Amino acid sequence: MSVFYTATDHFVLLPALLLALFGCATLLFDFWVFPDPKQRRWLLMFLVLGELFAAVAYWRQFDFLSSHGGELTAFNGALVVDHYSLFFHSIFLVTTLIVGLMSYRYMEVRDEHHGEYYGLLMLAQTGMFFLASGYELVTIFIGLETMAVTFYVLVGFLRSDKRSNEAALKYLLLGGLSSGFLAYGFSLLYGLAGSTKLVDIGRMAASRDANDPILLMALGTTAVGLLFKISAAPFHMWAPDAYEGAPTAITAFLAVGSKAASFALLLRLMVGPLGAARVAWEPILVAAAVLSIIIGNLAAVTQTNTKRLLAYSGINHAGYILLGIVAGNPTGIKGVLIYLLVYTFMTLGAFAVLIALTRKGLAGEDINDLNGLMKKAPGYGIAMLIFLVSLAGIPPTGGFFGKYYIFLSLIETGHYSLAVFAALFVAVSVYYYFRLIRAVFVDTEEQETPALSTSFGLKVGLGITGVMTLVLGMYPEPFLRLAQLSISR
Amino acid sequence: MTDIAFFYAFAALTVLGAILTVTLRNAIHCAIALIASLAGIAGLYLLQKAEFLFVVQIMLYIGGVMVLFLFVIMLVNLDGAAKERQYHRHWLAAVACLIGTGAIFAAFLHRGAGSLKLESPLPVVPGAGNVETLSMVLFREYLVPFEVASLLLLVAVVGGVMMAKKRID
Repeated sequence: MSVFYTATDHFVLLPALLLALFGCATLLFDFWVFPDPKQRRWLLMFLVLGELFAAVAYWRQFDFLSSHGGELTAFNGALVVDHYSLFFHSIFLVTTLIVGLMSYRYMEVRDEHHGEYYGLLMLAQTGMFFLASGYELVTIFIGLETMAVTFYVLVGFLRSDKRSNEAALKYLLLGGLSSGFLAYGFSLLYGLAGSTKLVDIGRMAASRDANDPILLMALGTTAVGLLFKISAAPFHMWAPDAYEGAPTAITAFLAVGSKAASFALLLRLMVGPLGAARVAWEPILVAAAVLSIIIGNLAAVTQTNTKRLLAYSGINHAGYILLGIVAGNPTGIKGVLIYLLVYTFMTLGAFAVLIALTRKGLAGEDINDLNGLMKKAPGYGIAMLIFLVSLAGIPPTGGFFGKYYIFLSLIETGHYSLAVFAALFVAVSVYYYFRLIRAVFVDTEEQETPALSTSFGLKVGLGITGVMTLVLGMYPEPFLRLAQLSISR
Repeated sequence: MTDIAFFYAFAALTVLGAILTVTLRNAIHCAIALIASLAGIAGLYLLQKAEFLFVVQIMLYIGGVMVLFLFVIMLVNLDGAAKERQYHRHWLAAVACLIGTGAIFAAFLHRGAGSLKLESPLPVVPGAGNVETLSMVLFREYLVPFEVASLLLLVAVVGGVMMAKKRID
């Protein structure tokens, strides 16, 4: 340990170190220790082990913060650990774990089961770590790119599937463009503040006139880059294609992990250092939120492919979460955190059911493929029902609480027209979620449908997500306390 | 004054090279246009008194990366690809977008020019050369992103191999 790598630095960086090491070790073990394709399950076990180690490291950080309070900064303020970042780290951890568990059978069925897959999952999570914990522009940008590049590869993982190739290429080209915008915004922020640290940028934003054209341009380009990553309209064009073409487990990872990580950064930037320039960014986010809710809802109505439908529903949810940032008061931020937590579980769960529908030679992505699910496999049917009801935001599921806090914060801050608008569009979303629910209950005409492709891991993932979606709806107090803790400084 | 003249010359070289890289049909010509663009960037580095970046830009990008590009282009038969129809149908919309975005940026920059006082960057360590200063910043201030960048490259390499390797059945 030296001045440049202190014990605090190590303590803060440890989870990322563990994830990166386990990720790299998985890449090595794939051909070195477990070359036989039948031994892939050990790589999955290895991923679970890595997440366990990371969980312990996070728990120690949480323990430290609980007893000492405040936050820990490391590497001259390049990284920060506070309850806010730990909240997001746990979302990433659960997401990666569940995605890993539900991938196993799916990748076998799609005939593209490779050991690198599990290593890349963990490396993507390492990138997300720096999005939630980064407190300096270069660290944040490199973290974002690590996550994005991993996703470009994972989206195109089904190499023999033309749709997967197309999705990867589209995501790569548009993702590169959005990264360019983000880099432009970051460079302007650096130029204005003379430092890449968010602390200094906050000081700069507070000292400048909020209508300063240069600051406005920096904010605008940064927002464009991040709005792309959370697939908010009008930067959502890539989402339906990428979601449809990607392996379903990766679609879930993209919809939840990538979105939550980008929201972690967006929320920290906008409410934290750039909070002084609220008048400049509020119209941008309001416009993006309103467009996302309109486009996401109206386009979802006509979809027949379930993955595309969930993509548009994801755009719609991004709009609601953005409204929480627009409100920006403690209720709103708490709403954003709770919404993201619920969104994680219900979206992962819905995709897990879709994975179970994927069988050899049957994509299982059409709405009609859900037909008769309740009769064939009541467990999966009930789980799907819970997730869809939650996605629509109906009590007693968690989705209701997410929307409730967003609406509450909008009313508290006097955004009445936005609240009414958002509430009206909930009705539209109920329509297309109930189309899916109807399909689950409807009887099938054809008699011979192959059995669901399921696995122990998939069942575990489905169980966790289903139970959590319900628990968040019926007994949300502990999670509300956790969210409250995250926003208190 | 000469600095400004040099700046515009190098900037023009960079932008023209980049435009030619994406518009030329022959892959070899594209690669050579890219070399011109990268050389323009090297010149810009030199104007900023970043000698180390200037040398690295020429050695790594123009020397290393471009030679690899040319190798690949010569080994892979691209004659067919050059004759294939390219998707130029939307070029009017593309130009409109470009002009629109450019106009917005230009307007903002023009209006903000008055308030634009860029902060001075980190103070230069007296007596130390360019390379020493850079290494101090890179391995102290930016140690974390430097190490994470290696992870980023690893992911890119693994991904590239994954995508390119043949299926073994």
